[in-house]
Amino acid sequence: MSSPLLSVRNLQKYFPTSRNVGFRKEKLQVKAVDGISFDLMKGETLGLVGESGCGKTTAGRTILKLIEPTAGEIIFEGQDITKLRPGLMTPLRAQMQIIFQDPFSALNPRQTVGKIIAAPFEIQKVTPEGGVKKEVAGLMQRVGLNPEHYNRYPHEFSGGQRQRIGIARAIALKPKLIVADEPVSALDVSIQAQVINLIDDLQKADGISIVFIAHDLSVVQHISDRVAVMYLGKIMELAKTEDLFTAPHHPYTTALLSAVPQPDPRGERNRERIILKGDLPSPINPPAGCVFNTRCWKVQEVCRSKTPELLTVGKSQVACHFPE
Amino acid sequence: MKNLLEIKDLKVTFPTDDGFVQAVDGVSISVAPGETVAIVGESGSGKTVTSLSVIGLHNRKVTQITGSILVKDKDESLDIVSAPLDKIRSYRGRVVSMIFQDPMSSLHPYYKIGSQLAEAYLVHHPGKKEEANKKALEMLSLVGIPEPQVRAKEYPHQFSGGMRQRVMIAMALMNDPAVLIADEPTTALDVTVQAQILQLLKDLQKNLNMGILLITHDLGVVAQVADRVHVMYAGRIVEQGNVDDIFYSPHAPYTLGLLKSVPRIGSRGSERLKAIPGQPPSLINLPIGCAFAPRCEYISLADENSCENLRPQLLGNSDSHKSRCHVPEEKRDKLFTAEIKGART
Repeated sequence: MSSPLLSVRNLQKYFPTSRNVGFRKEKLQVKAVDGISFDLMKGETLGLVGESGCGKTTAGRTILKLIEPTAGEIIFEGQDITKLRPGLMTPLRAQMQIIFQDPFSALNPRQTVGKIIAAPFEIQKVTPEGGVKKEVAGLMQRVGLNPEHYNRYPHEFSGGQRQRIGIARAIALKPKLIVADEPVSALDVSIQAQVINLIDDLQKADGISIVFIAHDLSVVQHISDRVAVMYLGKIMELAKTEDLFTAPHHPYTTALLSAVPQPDPRGERNRERIILKGDLPSPINPPAGCVFNTRCWKVQEVCRSKTPELLTVGKSQVACHFPE
Repeated sequence: MKNLLEIKDLKVTFPTDDGFVQAVDGVSISVAPGETVAIVGESGSGKTVTSLSVIGLHNRKVTQITGSILVKDKDESLDIVSAPLDKIRSYRGRVVSMIFQDPMSSLHPYYKIGSQLAEAYLVHHPGKKEEANKKALEMLSLVGIPEPQVRAKEYPHQFSGGMRQRVMIAMALMNDPAVLIADEPTTALDVTVQAQILQLLKDLQKNLNMGILLITHDLGVVAQVADRVHVMYAGRIVEQGNVDDIFYSPHAPYTLGLLKSVPRIGSRGSERLKAIPGQPPSLINLPIGCAFAPRCEYISLADENSCENLRPQLLGNSDSHKSRCHVPEEKRDKLFTAEIKGART
């Protein structure tokens, strides 16, 4: 097997916070990402799913070192970049890009589309063959935008088109890794499919590795080769997409899958749904033992005391004392 | 009147700097007791404008509204479009109630949950403070909030998103309304919490025999809870029918396009999604003919030029299942049903 493009080991990101206790300030930590490990192969898409507050976005940003990790290792193409100074990161940034969730706030409203897409060339001080302008026009064409709109401003575009602009900017420097953070969740259904297809095509053509962060399981299933399910900063289950969706091993994965309504009324009527009780516990004070124990229906004594490790069960990796 | 709510030929027009926007164009929808009727559509399709009209929340000075919205209250009925404002106020929250989309911004951050709930009751039962507080606690426990006595004294920021949405539902139910309008009630929530809330709405409906008008863009949610469905596009209903008609034998090209474009769990992931090309039209410059024509791939099956030049009517071989399309219905029925079967496997 070839070596992975990206290896993440025991990655942690704690955000400091505080609480007033009487006249004293108590220092606390939000454990947004709490020890996740995975490998990403060349040309592979890894889906990162979970509910709001599970740490998937923080994980994505920490991998790119847009925020500094608290602990752990990030190895990109064999090089440990965890402690790399920002100045030394810059040349590497050409290799790793991000697509943001909200196409309305990710683009500078006072710059033309041409300037926005050309920004990566400017920052990295590279001049593509044939000039920046020609390259940008080519990129616009590739993502399905009319190159004649080069001088227009973001507000003149619809949500789907703005997401295309964001994608053009992300692929401008031919990166090896893209973190796509909920790239389609702000889009309408009919537009969503267009953008998913576009990402799919670009990846196939260029062999980019993608970390695809999303809460929509149907979308993740469609686009990912492997999927990691996150809950309260930890990976609960990591498996090939097909295995995860046909034979989930972790109770949380099972519950998550059963909660997604499908556009199939007859199927919905006969479906047995696992309704989880309660809400996500606070990441400031996560439950001891397995973090899912407060909502799990299979909970036993050991779940409240011992944290399960991510172990191989069947073809998947599962962090559960009682996998299905 | 058998129905609790009857919207007939509703048209809503807003003036803007760029011209008039016809947000809703000739919508007719009815809701009977115990029934869930869904309006599905993408942003700008007019679904929220329709729902706001039903509780009379448009500014009448600027908005032009025609048609009628009949709401039944015991033996009398009221037309929301033409009734005086104080009369509408006496209906709003008591006969027709609404759950708003965003539970984070729909509660007042300065007031305790209990008093916000009680206020909804006091509007229609002035002076009955004790009764209102009792009802607030009752409703909180009905929507599944543990320790209502304690929680009623807390502020919105102490509640999670799912809990706040439960509070919104409790508030909407304070006066035992006959019709509940739920505008994207679960869009802001996570799937596991969404499952809880949808189950709650279903249980409440069964117990209280409410009619629910559900506004959503999520076809999965519709499949799970709706009895009848109206699909909207560019301010018009393009198809209406029973939930099975819509999902298994759609007749409007737009409905078919939507159903084909959503990724499904269990379908093969390697295949490309069948996206609808193009974008929804601007409501200011709608095409003269069928609003979907520029994106439609079945134009060649209709009479020449009819899609571009003629506005299709909402017609159907059966009373319950109707659609807007120039392609002959028999042709569509066979072709679309086969296509949807193909997309399913």
